[in-house]
Amino acid sequence: MTAPSSEPSAPPSSGPSAEPLLAVRGLVKEFPIRAGLFRRTVGAVQAVSGVSFDLHRGETLGLVGESGCGKSTTGRAVMRLIPATAGSVVFDGVDVQRAGSSALRALRRRMQIVFQDPYASLNPRMTVQAIVSEPLRIHGGWSDGGAERVRDLLDLVGLRPEHANRFPHEFSGGQRQRIGIARALALDPDLLVLDEPVSALDVSIQAGVVNLLEDIQDELGLAYLFIAHDLSVVRHISDRVGVMYLGKIVELGTADELYDQPAHPYTQALLSAVPLPDPRKQRERQRIVLEGDPPNPAHPPSGCRFRTRCWRKLELEADGVDTSACSEIDPLLSADEVGHEVACHFPKVRVMV
Amino acid sequence: MTSPYADPAETDDLGLAVDPDAPVLEVEDLRVEFATDDGPVTAVDGLSFRLHPNETLGIVGESGSGKSVTSMAILGLLPSTARVSGSIRYRGQELVGLKERQLRPLRGNKIAMVFQDALASLNPVHRVGAQIAEAISVHRSDLTGADLDARVVELLDVVGIPDPAARARQYPHEYSGGMRQRAMIAMAIANEPDVLIADEPTTALDVTIQAQVLEVMERIRDRTESSVMIITHDLGVVAGVADRVMVMYAGRTCEVADVESTFYEPAHPYTQGLLGSLPRLDSRSSDRLARIVGNPPSLLALPPGCAFHPRCPHAEVPGRCSDERPELRDLPGGHRVACHRSEEIEWRPQEAEAEGAAVHDVEEVE
Repeated sequence: MTAPSSEPSAPPSSGPSAEPLLAVRGLVKEFPIRAGLFRRTVGAVQAVSGVSFDLHRGETLGLVGESGCGKSTTGRAVMRLIPATAGSVVFDGVDVQRAGSSALRALRRRMQIVFQDPYASLNPRMTVQAIVSEPLRIHGGWSDGGAERVRDLLDLVGLRPEHANRFPHEFSGGQRQRIGIARALALDPDLLVLDEPVSALDVSIQAGVVNLLEDIQDELGLAYLFIAHDLSVVRHISDRVGVMYLGKIVELGTADELYDQPAHPYTQALLSAVPLPDPRKQRERQRIVLEGDPPNPAHPPSGCRFRTRCWRKLELEADGVDTSACSEIDPLLSADEVGHEVACHFPKVRVMV
Repeated sequence: MTSPYADPAETDDLGLAVDPDAPVLEVEDLRVEFATDDGPVTAVDGLSFRLHPNETLGIVGESGSGKSVTSMAILGLLPSTARVSGSIRYRGQELVGLKERQLRPLRGNKIAMVFQDALASLNPVHRVGAQIAEAISVHRSDLTGADLDARVVELLDVVGIPDPAARARQYPHEYSGGMRQRAMIAMAIANEPDVLIADEPTTALDVTIQAQVLEVMERIRDRTESSVMIITHDLGVVAGVADRVMVMYAGRTCEVADVESTFYEPAHPYTQGLLGSLPRLDSRSSDRLARIVGNPPSLLALPPGCAFHPRCPHAEVPGRCSDERPELRDLPGGHRVACHRSEEIEWRPQEAEAEGAAVHDVEEVE
């Protein structure tokens, strides 16, 4: 069970039929709300409420959504950096939530995370050499050609060997993110959770890191869980994409299905709101402007969580359609209506871009 | 103070035909220097542009390109360590060198600003309504009491805040991010300014909230007929709202053109690189992004010649690109560019990176 992958570049195997590398089922994460002098728990916020998805070897699944939708919490709960409240996460046949400490350690070598802020996630007192080699030292790969491994990793992410002796402050944001990626790759993982890896970078630098991530995936056959709010970057890098709203996945499909034939009214509003860098197209487009802000996750709406801001519900009601299901029944993800999974009582494909 | 500026004999700095109404704002050869421990840093170096009545000018650039420093210089908000030279004229009146006392009647009245971080820009211990009221009464002592309150509620209503009368009595922390940004806009337009400077007004916001705020800004521009300077790194935002675009790099202008020319016929290799490096929402592209190699230069050690030449795929090195600094010059159609080789460069949209795998191309450390 714990045998770490030995060969450095396992070819990206598998079609969708093969056993998924990562299977997440009904993942729930609640954070307590504390109040009063003794900080008693008076309630709970469900940051993630019942998220399920599969991720195959060599595949990239994008998770998009706005702040507070639970996408980062999902990434962290998948790695058990925070304990999940309910649900299961199975990584290559091993239940991550129930793994004992030694099994968890073995799992952690195979799943690594890259964080958003390259200024905060690297220890300023450690050299690049020390940062990248730390995972090797912890997991006992240092004595066996560790120094050489660090050199290879720096080369892989486009840094020179002499950079190894420098400190993080000597590097720009894009280069720091490359150091973070090198560290995450040190133990030759099967899965990288990328939590907004390019959001803090300038446009011209962002493209280099995105290209690097794609090259590394081609070379090493890694699976990526790519968490971001930038829908354009997600489309570019992802094979499949899940859209989250208030702790739930509302639509899940291949990147082309989701961007070319979105069926959930939230996905449609989200896509229409992204400004296109194309003046003629942008000025001709119809923008669906959602009213108000997302509701408080401590008190989510009954039934469909999007119904309080849903423009299609209003359209349907204007046509005299009975939309009581929206406020009574929580819609489940289903691929029956439009060919990819969508959680809506009245899904309808509408081309947005 | 508001002597109308008229100079019909001159051709426009930005290559546009001079229209009957003179420019609202004219920046000429603006330089901003900061003294640092490592020596003087020139954040803005010889910048010139004009803002015409009822026009939206988009200023685009990456971190450190000098776009925010420019807006702070216009408002006289730079710290005292900054050395500002050149000329900034508002309707003919010189702003550079004015004393704080002389600037105050203009600032927030004729020239107003919307900042990026609304949470940091609003005072947390005062009600939102009171803060907007203050912004009005500083310039208009005649408006008081119920009239002032009514004006505040009207402004909040204009920017689309629901239940404005009740919201005016709330504190900033009770507002969501999008509402705070709208309250900031309400404050900025309180005195119906001539010039509205918006510095990354939607950067901190989620995309659906950004759409709301952009819609409010468009509505307000149509209503007040202000001239707007929108400073952003988001090319999509600029494509949607700007009439003209100025692209900045390392404290200088690379390119100025109307919005369509900027996006469809970019003449400067940096603009071309920025457009090529954007992943597209509207097309399936399995291709690699055409990234710009290297990093923006340190302002402490700018490359000689064209500041962009070390990253430029078309640079003549050694040659004029590394020796001679290109000045902004005219191309046909009101397009202006600071590049020696614009005419020789052919731009293909979505140009893929020519060299092989970027994995092995090495990053330079400054």
